Amino acid sequence: MIAEIGFVALSVAFALTVYATAVSAWGGWREQPVWVQSARSAVLLTAGLLTLSVGTLIYSLQISDFSIAYVAENSNLAMPSYLRVSALWGGQAGSLLFWAWLMSCFVAAVLVGKWDRDRDLMPYFISVATLTTGFFIGVTLFISNPFTRLWLVPGADELTIALFSPAGAMLYSLPDGNGLNPLLRHFGMIFHPPTTYLGFTGFVVPYAFAMSALISGRARDDRWIRTSRRWTLVAWVFLSVGLLLGGRWAYDVLGWGGFWGWDPVENAMLLPWLTGTAFLHSVMITERRGMLKVWSVLLIVLTYSLALFGTFITRSGVISSVHAFGTTALGPAFFIFIGVTFLATMGLLVKRLELMRSDHEMESFLSREAAFLLQNVVFLAITFVVFLGTVFPLLSELFTGDKVTVGPPYFKATAGPLFAVLLLLMGVAPLIAWRKQVAARLGDQLRIPVVASVVLTAIWGYMYESPWVAYPALWLVVFATLAILVEFWKGIRSRTSQGENPVAAFNSLITRNRRRYGGYFVHLAVIMIGMGFIGEAFFQQQTQGTLAQGESLHMAGYTVRFDNLRQYIGPDGRQVTDATTSVLKDGQLLATLHPRQDFFAEHGQRVTAPDAYSTFGGDVYVILIGWDNIGTGGSTFKVYYNPLIAWTWIGAFVLIGGTLVAMWPQAAGRTQRTYVLKPVSQGPRLGTGGAAS
Amino acid sequence: MQERLPVGTRSRLRTLVGFSSILALLGLLALLGWGLRQTHAAQPDDGMAPGFTLTSFDGETTSLEELRGKVVIINFWASWCIPCRAEADDLEAMSRKYADDVVFIGVDYADTEKGALKFIEEYGITYFNGPDLGTRIASEYRIKSVPETFYVGKNGELQGLRIGPLSPGELEFKILELLDDR
Amino acid sequence: MRRRLLIVIMTMIAAGFAAPAMGQEPAPSDDQVNEIAGDLYCPVCPNTPLDVCETLACSEWREQIREQIASGMSESEITDYFVEQYGERVLAKPRRSGFSLVLWILPLVGVGVGLIALGGVLRTWRREQEPEAANTADDSAVSAEMRQRIEEELRNLS
Repeated sequence: MIAEIGFVALSVAFALTVYATAVSAWGGWREQPVWVQSARSAVLLTAGLLTLSVGTLIYSLQISDFSIAYVAENSNLAMPSYLRVSALWGGQAGSLLFWAWLMSCFVAAVLVGKWDRDRDLMPYFISVATLTTGFFIGVTLFISNPFTRLWLVPGADELTIALFSPAGAMLYSLPDGNGLNPLLRHFGMIFHPPTTYLGFTGFVVPYAFAMSALISGRARDDRWIRTSRRWTLVAWVFLSVGLLLGGRWAYDVLGWGGFWGWDPVENAMLLPWLTGTAFLHSVMITERRGMLKVWSVLLIVLTYSLALFGTFITRSGVISSVHAFGTTALGPAFFIFIGVTFLATMGLLVKRLELMRSDHEMESFLSREAAFLLQNVVFLAITFVVFLGTVFPLLSELFTGDKVTVGPPYFKATAGPLFAVLLLLMGVAPLIAWRKQVAARLGDQLRIPVVASVVLTAIWGYMYESPWVAYPALWLVVFATLAILVEFWKGIRSRTSQGENPVAAFNSLITRNRRRYGGYFVHLAVIMIGMGFIGEAFFQQQTQGTLAQGESLHMAGYTVRFDNLRQYIGPDGRQVTDATTSVLKDGQLLATLHPRQDFFAEHGQRVTAPDAYSTFGGDVYVILIGWDNIGTGGSTFKVYYNPLIAWTWIGAFVLIGGTLVAMWPQAAGRTQRTYVLKPVSQGPRLGTGGAAS
Repeated sequence: MQERLPVGTRSRLRTLVGFSSILALLGLLALLGWGLRQTHAAQPDDGMAPGFTLTSFDGETTSLEELRGKVVIINFWASWCIPCRAEADDLEAMSRKYADDVVFIGVDYADTEKGALKFIEEYGITYFNGPDLGTRIASEYRIKSVPETFYVGKNGELQGLRIGPLSPGELEFKILELLDDR
Repeated sequence: MRRRLLIVIMTMIAAGFAAPAMGQEPAPSDDQVNEIAGDLYCPVCPNTPLDVCETLACSEWREQIREQIASGMSESEITDYFVEQYGERVLAKPRRSGFSLVLWILPLVGVGVGLIALGGVLRTWRREQEPEAANTADDSAVSAEMRQRIEEELRNLS
């Protein structure tokens, strides 16, 4: 009964999105606000209905209603209740419902509160946003429905999966379910999908704003760009955290020693993050200087398109990946959807871009604006490289008939140097003034960070030997960090010189200019995350060996000793083989690690659970690879030394904190000072004026 | 003023950029569409069997074209594949029984030579067996896993396929059917 | 996200692990094997590097690499052997030849085009501003020098 309520709610929600899309566009076109009002109510109701629908599925998972196919496939009696909640996104159908729900919540959130601030855009905003939401609801409803039940038709030897009772059939409830895919039974998998989905779905808001600006032709007004920036920041921070949680999951569960494998699905998540980050920077120029409007719109649209592209890749199985959902009927539906979306968007852009032309003025190549533009170019270059590497297997199969693999070495070789340029810009660009920077003064400002970072890198290089590429990478990290810290220090000093104590000075510095210092925190976070990547790329060490009890492996000054191996049955029926190993340094016991192998007989799946001893300097990461019969022979271990990886996880927290600082509303009454003296000329201009890009 | 690009050039440049972006987008969509069709494409089970040339572990070479007029059984296998072991004896027995009328070809998919030879020895396999170099034959036949068995009629056309291990008697039944077919 | 595993692989995993070779003569170490296997991908599992792949097939391939090292083959010879046997998809890093060259050239082209476009756009904008400055100065109540001084001072404020 409960499932049917969820199904009915889903159906009504679908009808409402169709209604809202049509009525809102009509209201906008005929300028009849009453229709737009009605569409708004429909959107709010849709969010409510989907909440109900998700609620019924969660409830069904909690009460283990194994007559529902989805519940039977993705949960079982042994699962604790938090895992039952996560089973909501553990399978295809549930994750689509979850996706549609999140998206509808985003759209609804825009429409509560001061929704009529952007009165001109709202009709089309609603239309575009509900069209997209409607697609996801439709797919959930018609192709991959989580509310289908199991039926036993007399005489048939297989259960029928259907929404409604086939003639003469009986509802059939399985005694127990399949259980969640073993790989997903990890805290990272509980939070990774929701945060990633929040990131992906959140981009629908800026996209719908951009599209509505293009459709209505009222794009000259800037306010929607500001609103979009805020929503993009929300989506962006969720996507960032989602990416990091996914990395943490891979690190803890997949047991290959790293956290980022440049797999197509991982890349597909990274792509919108890259363009989204570029947008968050370009939009600052748009807000400050009224420039680059077209460019910012392009970046929003690109971000959302890449999010859709990523969803398509993940769900269609077009590009083989370790994460793909497998081939289903979803592929064609998604293909048509992204095809129509891309073409419509592109058509609208080509037709309407002229409307958004803004006045450009650039005083100097050495200015914040120019630095931002260069940063944007670099971000797009990375996007291009990652995109190319992701679709290349397909491209090569088409042209040569041979599939090739594009693995981490390619991405490290191509995207790596580009990321290095970003690090450099991160250090230098915040010091460059808007409009025009005097080179000599920039040199003065950079002196301390440059000198200090060179000295530190030299000392470090003297102490540890490493491949030559490691030196510029480390120098960049140190330089960028110092450049940011010097900014903080200068701000604090100018306050303490007026008699404030340092803590208060730090506080007021940040509260006075949240966006700027929040941004610096985020930059520091990105540097920390980058340190993990640099550690993995240049300094990772690994060794493997088969040990008898009491024997050890030695690496990077650490000793890993194999003490004991035991086997037992875990609470959810997994067969656990658990090795006890000791990590020692200079004869001193640092930690006891338990790398495991879990075998899930019912899934025929083996999960390697590594264990790690973590310090700020690096992780000792131990994997149990194999064993002979207990007690008789040796066990094989692989040990990695992963330098600096802890900073990646610390960086995740700093990133969240920094974004919160930046997003926190500025205290009322304080407005940003801008130094634009010249009025933006609206009158006729000489020549064709400045069209962007 | 004089230094600025002429109006015509700029608008032409803009048209060019717009045009090439649309082309790139269409190209991407075409690529994705093709990829989607590839993933959804069914394995061939009728029509002319895709031709191939295979060199056996003993160094002999044969091609499907040469075998026109005979019933051919193409079996994809690998030494690391457990179900392949289940059908190995049956395949060998049938290849002996119908040695005059049916040609058996074992295509060793993504395997180590050592493992494959051990497998062949273990099951006393005598029919033609060779490694699928570069997994080209496998991709022609779009195999999704091993074992898979394709039946080729005397006219060189595919007469069905079996995904997964052959059940006992299944192979002989199919062979008789194919031999019967003129 | 569900990890898709081909049926093949499940059956392979079920078979467990090959016992490490414990030969009499000093066999190449696991580290030597992994160093080569790390640059290769498992020929049958989707996107899994050979050195971490847990299937039976992969451990056989690793054993094969071990034997190849023992027989004196160099890393590139072993890699070439893998490409010949299983196709180019076993390479983690695509070759810099043939069609894969596209993969290495296009990023350079892309960065080049991006930088040229950036340079061009910046130049155009800088030029556009000059005639405009002259234009607005005429009908402005503030003289050009005056504005310049104000802007200068504002800049120093920041």
